[in-house]
Amino acid sequence: MLTTIRVNGVDRAVEVDPRTSLLDFLRERVGLKGTKKGCDHGQCGACTVLVNGVRINACLSLAVMHDGDEVLTVEGLADGEALHPVQQAFLSEDAFQCGYCTPGQICSTVGLLAEVAAGQPSEVTADLAGPVTLSDAEIRERMSGNICRCSAYPQILAAVRRAAGAAA
Amino acid sequence: MSTVRDWAAPNPVTENRSGLIGKSVDRYEGRLKVTGTAPYAFEVETPSQPLYGHIVSATIARGRITSIDVSQAAAAPGVVLAWSHLNVPTQAQRGAKLNPRSQRGSNPTLASDRVEHYGQSVAFILADTPENARAAGGLVRVAYAAEDADLDFLSSLDLAGPAPGEEDARVGDFEAGYSASEVTVDDTWFSPLQNHAQMEPCATTAWWEGDKVVVHTSIQMVKGGQHALAETLGIPSDRVRLFTRYIGGGFGGKGQSYDDLTLAALAARESGQPVRVAYTRQQMFQATIHRPAVQMRVRLGADRTGRLNAMALEAVTHCARNAPFVEHAANFARNLYAAPHRLTGHRLVRLDIPHAGAMRAPGEAPGMLSLECAMDELAETLGLDPIELRIRNEPEVDPDNAKPFSVRQLVRCMREGAQQFGWDRRNPTPGAVRDGRWYVGMGMATAIRGNFLLPAKAGLRLTGDGLATLTQGMTDIGTGTYTILAQITGETLGLPLDQVRVELGDSDMPPAPGSGGQFGAATAGSAAFETGMVMRRRLAELAAGDPRSPLYGEDPTLMDFANGNIVLGNRSESLAALAARAGPDGVYVEGGISPAADARDWSQHTYGAQFAEVGVDSVTGEVRLRRMFGVFAAGRILNAKLAKSQITGGMIWGVGAALTESNAVDPRYGSFLHQDLGGYLAPVHADIVNLDAVLLDEADDKANPMGIKGVGELGICGAGAAIANAVYNACGVRLRDYPLTPDKVMAALEAKGL
Repeated sequence: MLTTIRVNGVDRAVEVDPRTSLLDFLRERVGLKGTKKGCDHGQCGACTVLVNGVRINACLSLAVMHDGDEVLTVEGLADGEALHPVQQAFLSEDAFQCGYCTPGQICSTVGLLAEVAAGQPSEVTADLAGPVTLSDAEIRERMSGNICRCSAYPQILAAVRRAAGAAA
Repeated sequence: MSTVRDWAAPNPVTENRSGLIGKSVDRYEGRLKVTGTAPYAFEVETPSQPLYGHIVSATIARGRITSIDVSQAAAAPGVVLAWSHLNVPTQAQRGAKLNPRSQRGSNPTLASDRVEHYGQSVAFILADTPENARAAGGLVRVAYAAEDADLDFLSSLDLAGPAPGEEDARVGDFEAGYSASEVTVDDTWFSPLQNHAQMEPCATTAWWEGDKVVVHTSIQMVKGGQHALAETLGIPSDRVRLFTRYIGGGFGGKGQSYDDLTLAALAARESGQPVRVAYTRQQMFQATIHRPAVQMRVRLGADRTGRLNAMALEAVTHCARNAPFVEHAANFARNLYAAPHRLTGHRLVRLDIPHAGAMRAPGEAPGMLSLECAMDELAETLGLDPIELRIRNEPEVDPDNAKPFSVRQLVRCMREGAQQFGWDRRNPTPGAVRDGRWYVGMGMATAIRGNFLLPAKAGLRLTGDGLATLTQGMTDIGTGTYTILAQITGETLGLPLDQVRVELGDSDMPPAPGSGGQFGAATAGSAAFETGMVMRRRLAELAAGDPRSPLYGEDPTLMDFANGNIVLGNRSESLAALAARAGPDGVYVEGGISPAADARDWSQHTYGAQFAEVGVDSVTGEVRLRRMFGVFAAGRILNAKLAKSQITGGMIWGVGAALTESNAVDPRYGSFLHQDLGGYLAPVHADIVNLDAVLLDEADDKANPMGIKGVGELGICGAGAAIANAVYNACGVRLRDYPLTPDKVMAALEAKGL
């Protein structure tokens, strides 16, 4: 099926197999391999991308479902040579080791910061009606869909904090 | 052969005049990783459109394939080829070596109708797209004649036999010493089967250039992978070029190659096109190695002052029937505590299950989960603080072999850790501290892990643009190899970091043993350092012998290196100018490191002390980490930021081992119960709170010329035991069956009437 997805600001019209996941669309059809395949099963978060500004697991979604959607991947974050504040924060805080979960962690952080700014509560938000404070507990809860087997969690927490500070 | 005395003289790294050693510089390859542009094995550019492979796995534990039909799969859309053992291209016999010096023998896939474990490859599909390959895989029809299989570890303990080539280590008369002891502990712990669960599944991209195959694969050991593939294909290893530049986690599980490598190479040869093959997450669990289950009986006998009189750690562990591997869960005890009467050893149960193998800190990781809890029990029985008990048993020399310690700061780790953690606030009475519905407790344990130096080489080129490029057949599995090699090279040559390049993971480069056993930094780093020293001598001689150099005619041994220049007194010349005059390719040297002749005259280990505070939910039995802190001594630290990442990562593995990580064999099929990350519970972000570590100042001048040691595995050692001890301190129940999941905690609380 001819499917057009706007990826990192560029329209990508591709004849895709209806079985193709959004993840394989990005990696194998469009050649954007920054989005990683860790489990292909919605359990690790390595394939996290932003679809119309909302973070999702690209492996759990079929490409044909996203005709006309806007997808932002890790390759679309930096502004030329200048890293996105979240990327820079991950680098500065050493918030990764092997790096395989990192694009997903970074996209997830971008999504998290937007969700918090929009006042969307999480499981650990005490006051569901009030504004959301970016506490450590909020960060841990909201980043728990992104597994880091190298276990850089303390540094990821610091990176999210640093990025939130840069965004504020 | 050098001796450790040769290493004692000051050198550029130990002098560290430009301060690169120890500095918390960002990861060398970090920019590539945060922008998603570091190509992992499945992602490398291919010379032409690639094909995609899919492996079909066996669904029985043991038996014979009575029929296998790939014809439907072969006729499916997009399929290029479909193989079973009946039509796979010829490979060398298992274990065969064309070259007797190969590090690995042939490891053929789809080799026969025999099935030796669930998840073994039985068929392979190559197709134009991943979707077509996987769909066709579902069309392969296999019939088996299943045979009786031994699958369950705990019900097979009576089958346990001696580990091949090993004897128990006995000192004194354990039985007599134990029965004569005033105070005793005798308990049995169980650590379950665990999986590496690296984020990147094993994967290979392969293509042929004439009679030579180029493979990019995710492996920790360059030479091992290259040799295994060459021997399997029956070709000389110089016809296999293996790359492994970025590796999405290894932890020991990628210390060897798997069928993805062999099948990608074979399929690329047969199809004439590049081929990508990756395991699925589910396949990873059974197609690659795992940490075996370990049952450990610990017996401690002491006098009333806490002096150990007798110590035994007897481990029973499993391995695959035809792939011997011993999880040496008892070995560390031999170096940790002295007791006049000791017994340590291992028994092995052979099962018809996937291959057991090395996983981060093999031996110590499960082993310390028993002994370090037994010490906690002994301390409580004696009414002693657990730290004081350990200090009273701190040996003067290595208890195993009476060798002097190169350096052993275990007591300092415990004392500084106690002080910084606030150990004095621990109430020694279990169950005494409540926070609402939570029982709160603290626990500690020691950490010990060996230090190793293996032979390694490196290449170093200095070019006319002033860049130094270090090349090594080494790997960086997230450990920081790229970064620390750049720091070592920069400091050795007096070059700023932005003038240093590091290239790794190529079988054409000077060989290094790879990443494993926390020997990587010391081994690869020492080779890089020695190569830098060779370059210094070469450059000094070039300057001294070149009339165009301001240093012409001077004594090369007096020349120094700083700020990109070679210097003598007030005269200097840039390294760039020297290299430019040497020729278009600049100056290239190779160097290497070998263990010192007398290295084994000292006992060399890394040490630490782990502290944990947990809450135990009195209603649900859930254990939650509240904070964790460790102090470690692991030689000179090359990069404080990256070393701490390694250490805290290891500590979090200990949290997983204590609280969540476990797999088991399904007795019906020989499969693992958990085959994904929703069932196999590695720690996630919400599980880890307030976790920190400190690395003590240390230099181990017996370890290598730089006085560095490894940090990759130390952090996991003892971490889980500290948590288990904290659980006991919190609620007064001793659980010896890891992980300490809510069902077990609940049952224990109920049994205590809580």
